[in-house]
Amino acid sequence: MPVLEVQELTTHYRILRGWVRATDNVSFKVEQGEALGIAGESGSGKTTVALSLLKILPAGGVIRKGKIIFNGQDLVPLSENQMREVRWKGISIVFQGAMNAFNPVIKVGDQIAEAIKVHEAGVTNSEVRERIAKLLETVGIEPSRADNYPHEFSGGMRQRALIAMALAANPTMLIGDEPGTALDVIVQAQTLKLLRDLKERLGLSMIMISHDLSIIAETCEKVAIMYAGKIVEYGDAVAIFKNPQHPYTQGLIKAFPSIKGEKVRLSSIPGQPPDLLHPPSACRFHPRCPYVMDICKKEEPLLEEHEKGHNVACHLY
Amino acid sequence: MMETSKSELEDSGRAQIDSEGGGDRVLRVDDIRKWYPLKRGFFETLVSRTPLNVKAVDGVSFDLKKGEIFALAGESGSGKTTLGKLVLRLVAPSSGSIFFQGRDITKLSDKQMKPLRRLMQIVFQDPFESLNPRMIIKEIVAEPLRVQRMTKSEAELEERVKDILTKVELVPPEEFLFRFPHELSGGQRQRVAVARAFVLNPVFVVADEPVSMLDVSIRAEIINLMMDLVKKSSASILFISHDIALAKHIADRVAVLYLGKIMEIGSSTDVVDNPLHPYTQALISAVPVPDPESKRTKDVISGEIPSPVDPPSGCRFHTRCPYAHERCVNEEPAVIEVEKDHFTACHLYT
Repeated sequence: MPVLEVQELTTHYRILRGWVRATDNVSFKVEQGEALGIAGESGSGKTTVALSLLKILPAGGVIRKGKIIFNGQDLVPLSENQMREVRWKGISIVFQGAMNAFNPVIKVGDQIAEAIKVHEAGVTNSEVRERIAKLLETVGIEPSRADNYPHEFSGGMRQRALIAMALAANPTMLIGDEPGTALDVIVQAQTLKLLRDLKERLGLSMIMISHDLSIIAETCEKVAIMYAGKIVEYGDAVAIFKNPQHPYTQGLIKAFPSIKGEKVRLSSIPGQPPDLLHPPSACRFHPRCPYVMDICKKEEPLLEEHEKGHNVACHLY
Repeated sequence: MMETSKSELEDSGRAQIDSEGGGDRVLRVDDIRKWYPLKRGFFETLVSRTPLNVKAVDGVSFDLKKGEIFALAGESGSGKTTLGKLVLRLVAPSSGSIFFQGRDITKLSDKQMKPLRRLMQIVFQDPFESLNPRMIIKEIVAEPLRVQRMTKSEAELEERVKDILTKVELVPPEEFLFRFPHELSGGQRQRVAVARAFVLNPVFVVADEPVSMLDVSIRAEIINLMMDLVKKSSASILFISHDIALAKHIADRVAVLYLGKIMEIGSSTDVVDNPLHPYTQALISAVPVPDPESKRTKDVISGEIPSPVDPPSGCRFHTRCPYAHERCVNEEPAVIEVEKDHFTACHLYT
């Protein structure tokens, strides 16, 4: 049984001019110990998916349809109090922007302690201190640094401490929202390595959210490519990177400069992502698609299996 | 020991410049330094009198040929943006000299710089902050023309603005002239920034991370646009980027900076495909590869870039270098030519 199964998740934001269709009919599964990467440009709805899973959407965000089945339980109808049991212990999240995620006037150790104390009633202070030391060690930080303030940490260390904090209540699933972006390449590589190690060691299930396909290729076994609030291609990472089927995925992979191979002129996808208040009819990619046909404007393509473990939503197939 | 290594460094720097021939050189930078003094409290200055400086750029020499795209790659804090500002004289260097079209511009006053400014331009990183939100596109692009008094009439000015907007593919230009920046997408805004830089037909443009704020699918458009403009106008570009993979694809030559010093310099394919300096090697192996089957980065060097206030002695990279030995701690390596037109500053090659 998968740890997490999301079915037809539809999250919209209510604004004065109507509904912003941030995610529409998004379905995916994450198995125990597996990492799923959600890739897409800004505005594709990937962060909205992450926030929906924990039901921490900003004001105006509503899950209008769908199921989020975590460990056999649907999270969508749960009350705020019941959700508190799921957050951190079940699913925890590492937010983007490691530099600003900590409270600057509280010691790092105390901030991690807060997470432990809130989620476990009756732990003693010495137990908490032990746990913090262990957590920091897990992510490769000297335990004595728990008494430092966030500004005394470098960018990479803050990112590590943030991961330690996310692990404070032994979650089964970790969501990484753009982990490592805004960090330097070398520190980013250190962070990705740490996440891979943690996944192996603790048997964590992970969801990695990134606009950078290469970060996802480095950490995930499965990939979902999102465009304008929909998953356009979903499946095994090797299959998708080796043999991308959707024109958007193809364009995205080609737009990435690779450090290996010949010097080439980079190619781009003409046009720009659509306004999600009034998304294009049928296939949302059709205004930018090089292979657009009449049917693309009239009928919405369904996410269908193209080959085993590789689904694509496109009328070409 | 320090003396010899320093003179060697200067010699090799000069040899490199001489070997490339004179006339078509747009820019030459010679042993340039920028130290920002640190402000300290009153009592601290009583305790210690040694002044503290942030050594943002600390002895860099390179040159730029006509029509060449030269990339500066490095992590944040390596001094690449400061170097970009130095060569435009937007900040004054602490020592060293800058030659623009053979003329020493290191000591020129602002007034003397003004006529040269029409030849040198900059494209900034963030198109959301570099355009004045209260100005319409026409005024943003026309401002350099007005400041430099390049046009005789308002009609000619509008013609020039329309012409450059067409060149950056904001077509039809009439549709964009009277819009405000907030009405444009990120990619369109960066096109406006490019138009503003190229409207004066500059011979030299600094592009400071021009695409790092843009979405991947539109990055290539802006890059290709800039490359085409460079080819057409045979301008030179100093391309500042933290993304060495991108630098490889667009630049003719690349310099890798670390803590204000050049570690390696050479043609972009040489540097990326055959890196000599351990830092360049680490940087390249750390770049994530969009291929799930490739060997995943197993060995990542540890630590982070040290403080530029008190950089490590000898070779600045020795604190993180897997091959560091005693000599690296004591002696600063000179920039030497290891292969043809491929220079590095590392004791492994001496």
